[in-house]
Amino acid sequence: MKKVICLRSISRIFSLLFMSMSLSFSAVMAQEAPAEDVQKGKQLFNQNCAACHALNRKMTGPALAGVVAKYDGDKEWLYAWIKNSQSLIKSGDARALAIYNEYNQTQMTAFPLLSNSDIDAILAYTDAPEPAPAAPAAVATAEAGAPAASGISNEVILGALVVVFGLLLMMLVFVRRILTRIAQVNGIYTEEAKTEIPSFWKYFSNNPFLVFVTVVFLLLFSAYQVYGYLMQVGVDQGYAPIQPIHFSHKIHAGDNKIECTYCHSSARTSKHSGVPSLNICMNCHKSIYEYKGNPEGPSAADIAEGYTNEFYTGEIKKLYQAVGWDEETQSYTGESKPVEWVRIHKLPDFAYFNHAQHVTVAGVACQTCHGPVEEMEIAYQYSPLTMGWCIDCHRATEVDVKGNEYYASIHKALSEKYGVEKLTAAQMGGLECGKCHY
Amino acid sequence: MNDMKKILGLLLSSLLLVSCHTDNTKRNFEYFPDMYHPVGYETYQAVPFLPNGTAAGLPAPHTIARGHIPYELDNTIDGKLASRNLTNPVVDFNEEAAASGKALYDAYCATCHGTKGDGQGTLVQREKILGVPSYADAARDITVGSTYHVIYYGINAMGSYASQLSEDERWLVANYVMQLKQELTK
Repeated sequence: MKKVICLRSISRIFSLLFMSMSLSFSAVMAQEAPAEDVQKGKQLFNQNCAACHALNRKMTGPALAGVVAKYDGDKEWLYAWIKNSQSLIKSGDARALAIYNEYNQTQMTAFPLLSNSDIDAILAYTDAPEPAPAAPAAVATAEAGAPAASGISNEVILGALVVVFGLLLMMLVFVRRILTRIAQVNGIYTEEAKTEIPSFWKYFSNNPFLVFVTVVFLLLFSAYQVYGYLMQVGVDQGYAPIQPIHFSHKIHAGDNKIECTYCHSSARTSKHSGVPSLNICMNCHKSIYEYKGNPEGPSAADIAEGYTNEFYTGEIKKLYQAVGWDEETQSYTGESKPVEWVRIHKLPDFAYFNHAQHVTVAGVACQTCHGPVEEMEIAYQYSPLTMGWCIDCHRATEVDVKGNEYYASIHKALSEKYGVEKLTAAQMGGLECGKCHY
Repeated sequence: MNDMKKILGLLLSSLLLVSCHTDNTKRNFEYFPDMYHPVGYETYQAVPFLPNGTAAGLPAPHTIARGHIPYELDNTIDGKLASRNLTNPVVDFNEEAAASGKALYDAYCATCHGTKGDGQGTLVQREKILGVPSYADAARDITVGSTYHVIYYGINAMGSYASQLSEDERWLVANYVMQLKQELTK
């Protein structure tokens, strides 16, 4: 059965692939634009135009698919516009003024260095039908189909095994019952001999020393348990709340290698490592409106968790809704509502902590306290954030006093006092109560 | 036998007590919460009577923070043209200043513009954001003033970085961008 499904899905994929390929081929043939022109055009487009234009989507500028047809194949006009749109506008060209006003008088960068043949290549690319949507769709259906099929068959196999084992068990019970009945009829059957087992419990309770030792051990063990229980009260290590928007640090800081301070910029200069406001999300997500993932697509583990590309795209739409970004008009509606992120790291009010002192002055990497954030799909508290944990680090961390000549004499005196070459944070007063509690 | 049951019961209940905190989507409970939670409002706390219902907000209109100098040019074509001739307050862009400019540039700009300023950052190479120009682009011919202006307001698909970088930091980055431009056009 499984084989049949597989064969069927494979043949479906092949037919889809073949269809999409033949479609795109015929389309390209119809346009008669050589493939290398389109390829070159794509390269130039991505380099020069893609910041503001997409093919089938309005961005800062209009969508460019079929732009030649829009201007009735008037390539001369397009050359002039692309090379220097402002001079066209100033000359009072009606079409130029129309598009300029339609896009809120946004000035298009002039491209005087693009030759006419370059522009031809770009225009060929904008006219070439995109073969992409058909092919990924086929791949997607194949991907979606394959795990589902194997999932069903796994369940079927497991179910069958359960049934078989149940039958076997029933048969065994029956056989045993029949055999005992036969034995009883033949008079062979006797009650099982009840031999006296030496009771471990009796032996134990008759030995006072053993009882004493056991009680002591039990008391010690429970004291240890109670201690462990009390020590973790108020400690939120591993706390991973459900956030209103599923923000993956793994994708942002891991895959895309965005610096921590890009979003948490106030960690450099302030007590708080701020939660980024939504304008910082929009720095990139103005352009990135859907999650395309890695070239190899989502892994099996991600799909099992439900982290598909569509899921992430949905989370980006939640951002748009919160910040009030209208994708149709590419503008802000002005209706925004704050995202209620759930705070994870929280020191009690009686302890003072300053991010800038640790990040900028000491140069401690974020990961030292926050753990491998760049691998966290769901952010969690990595460290216990207890006082003992702070103190341990202060005792072990050597302070880099270089370039701090103003305090050179104090550093020297302290080094002599402790008889060490390099001072630790603790030796510089990092253990004093008033540093953090006041 | 009864004693045995009692002991087992004790053990089990102590285990239960220890295993109480297993749901990691919930906070653990605290000793003396009164000392844990501040009386005043915390930075991002929800405060019903404040605008937007949160303690995080913009400064009141028409107020200027201490030490802050307002930027006078508008986010218009004329403003951008005027910004080309802004005076560069970083007179001595020495090695130390360049190093801090580079650190800021690498954190805030390089992810798109690339560490060399050639428009080949990680996000561009991974085809997440496209069309990031090189600083050497002759048609744009950026100056230190226009770079500052663009960092302040953003342009086209690029957003404003005024909330992430202070005034001094923006000028440091703008000067470092000029250094990159010089290296690219060399």
